[in-house]
Amino acid sequence: MRQIQTIEPGATLLAVENVSLRFGGVKAITDVSFDIRKGEVRAIIGPNGAGKTSMLNVINGFYHPQDGRITYRGATRTKMRPHVAASQGIARTFQNVALFKGMTTLDNIMIGRTLKMRRSFFWQLWRHGPAMAEEIEHRKFVEEIIDFLEIEHIRKVPVGKLPYGLQKRVELGRALAMEPELLLLDEPMAGMNLEEKEDMCRFILDVKEQYGTTIALIEHDMGVVMDLSDRVVVLEYGRKIADGTPDEVKADQKVIDAYLGVAH
Amino acid sequence: MLYRETGQFKKTYAADMAVFPILQDRIGLAVILVVAAGFIPAFGSNFFLSSVMIPFLVFSLAAMGLNIITGYTGLISLGTGAFMGVGAYACYKLTTAFPGVNIVVWILVSGFFSAAIGAVFGLPSLRIKGFYLAVATLAAQFFLEWCFVRIPWLYNYAASGAIEVPTRTLLGIPVTGATATPTTRYLVILGLVVLLTWVASNILHGRIGRTFMAVRDMDIAAELMGIRLLPAKLMAFALSSFYCGVAGAVMMFLWYGGGEASDAFNINQSFNILFMVIIGGLGSLIGCFLGAALLNVVPIILKFGLPALGVPLGGATAEHINHLFVGGLIIFFLIVEPHGLARLWQIMKQKLRTWPFPY
Repeated sequence: MRQIQTIEPGATLLAVENVSLRFGGVKAITDVSFDIRKGEVRAIIGPNGAGKTSMLNVINGFYHPQDGRITYRGATRTKMRPHVAASQGIARTFQNVALFKGMTTLDNIMIGRTLKMRRSFFWQLWRHGPAMAEEIEHRKFVEEIIDFLEIEHIRKVPVGKLPYGLQKRVELGRALAMEPELLLLDEPMAGMNLEEKEDMCRFILDVKEQYGTTIALIEHDMGVVMDLSDRVVVLEYGRKIADGTPDEVKADQKVIDAYLGVAH
Repeated sequence: MLYRETGQFKKTYAADMAVFPILQDRIGLAVILVVAAGFIPAFGSNFFLSSVMIPFLVFSLAAMGLNIITGYTGLISLGTGAFMGVGAYACYKLTTAFPGVNIVVWILVSGFFSAAIGAVFGLPSLRIKGFYLAVATLAAQFFLEWCFVRIPWLYNYAASGAIEVPTRTLLGIPVTGATATPTTRYLVILGLVVLLTWVASNILHGRIGRTFMAVRDMDIAAELMGIRLLPAKLMAFALSSFYCGVAGAVMMFLWYGGGEASDAFNINQSFNILFMVIIGGLGSLIGCFLGAALLNVVPIILKFGLPALGVPLGGATAEHINHLFVGGLIIFFLIVEPHGLARLWQIMKQKLRTWPFPY
């Protein structure tokens, strides 16, 4: 793996430069540049179909942009598989919950620890001894996350049976179990009621405070975005139309036009 | 009332993560092991041992192999019979080439040959899924079956084209060949099945098992969690084929005692084992045993039980009724309980736990 630098808080963690992504003739993202600084909450907003989720998919290696460069922790990457992004400390949640439905909450979060587990196949044959010690060590970490997200009561319930709000929380837990440097949240509050949204906001802020995780989030609820984020980037039809603090963005005429429409 | 975990507090994570966290389960398992290793060989007739118990154990092992790939990793395989055949032929070649080495060692080693072949035929699984993968494994089935018939080297150029199982001993007692008693063969198989079930349980309850299930439930998310799909799927194929291969070697050497492999390891066998896994329960180890027991015991009851009760039933009729019954069962389970007998077993345990106050 390429040498990756340690990044000081406030310095650029991830830089997107002139990225364009096309699917055949469809231009999902056109010439977008922005950066994410370590320790901040960076929101990506825009009307439906603006290319927000595509942007996240580009960042974690699921799509490969045709043009442009992405620099993460000082290393410019070319084509990269998602599991490499995961091993470099990029975790994410999905717009439509993508949990492992047949597995329990505990097992789902334990999956997040897979990359940290070292014991080889041969130790796994014998589940006692070192493999079990490792399992217990990671279980302790997972229990801390379960405690943090207040989902103790559903520890052993298959996630397919859980209500939507809890599933979203388990998904956040699974991403946190990876101890990510950069956490990508794709509409963490979609389809939630007010109370669940407030809980989720609290968790996101706590994650930032406790673990020092850098967060990039996509969200449609403007109240949430303006309250949570340090800086906001606005996309429309795959192009960047504004970038700045919530107040700057709110006052930007192009953003207002994009959201409210403009008379022709 | 008796089956209840009240008062059994888990004080450590190790206790909480045990495979059988409830005391009554552990007692039950111990009882089953004592019965299987003590009472059955002591009191079972030769017929019971060689026609009921040995097939049951062999099929359980094969079903376990298929369950690892289909139930746990979510990749449909129709090549089970062929992978079993690879194990049987590998074991035959090994034991005729090196007769000095213990047969039990060769049975286990032949699993590795099967694992290697399985991993090769698992390669398309990265690109294709579902029915298309099933067709790819079907190709493995037909190709390997062709090899078993057309490559005489595999059966040592025997004129009959069949495997002739030689007599091999373990601690001076013959375990294969014509002189081996059903009791010895049964005990050897039981030992192998208990060992391999324990190993499978260890693997599937740990990191590797979780990886398999993650690939099954949502492979895209699994990749974003840092799981590399190709190695995970190939490992599942290899592990599954290992179990199938050992089951095939056991089948040929300790049950059939020789014969033409094209009959024993054909496509019907693959489907038979797939039905066991579906009826038993996808993604459950106990389901392998339940499915094997049901699909194995029903034909025997129809064949021998009913005539003994005075119901006249010819051999061919029994076979037809068996087909009807199995077909009906599969449709029943696909509609009513896709998780099979294992889920019914779980529901029953849950009901027992709360009985007599279900709310």
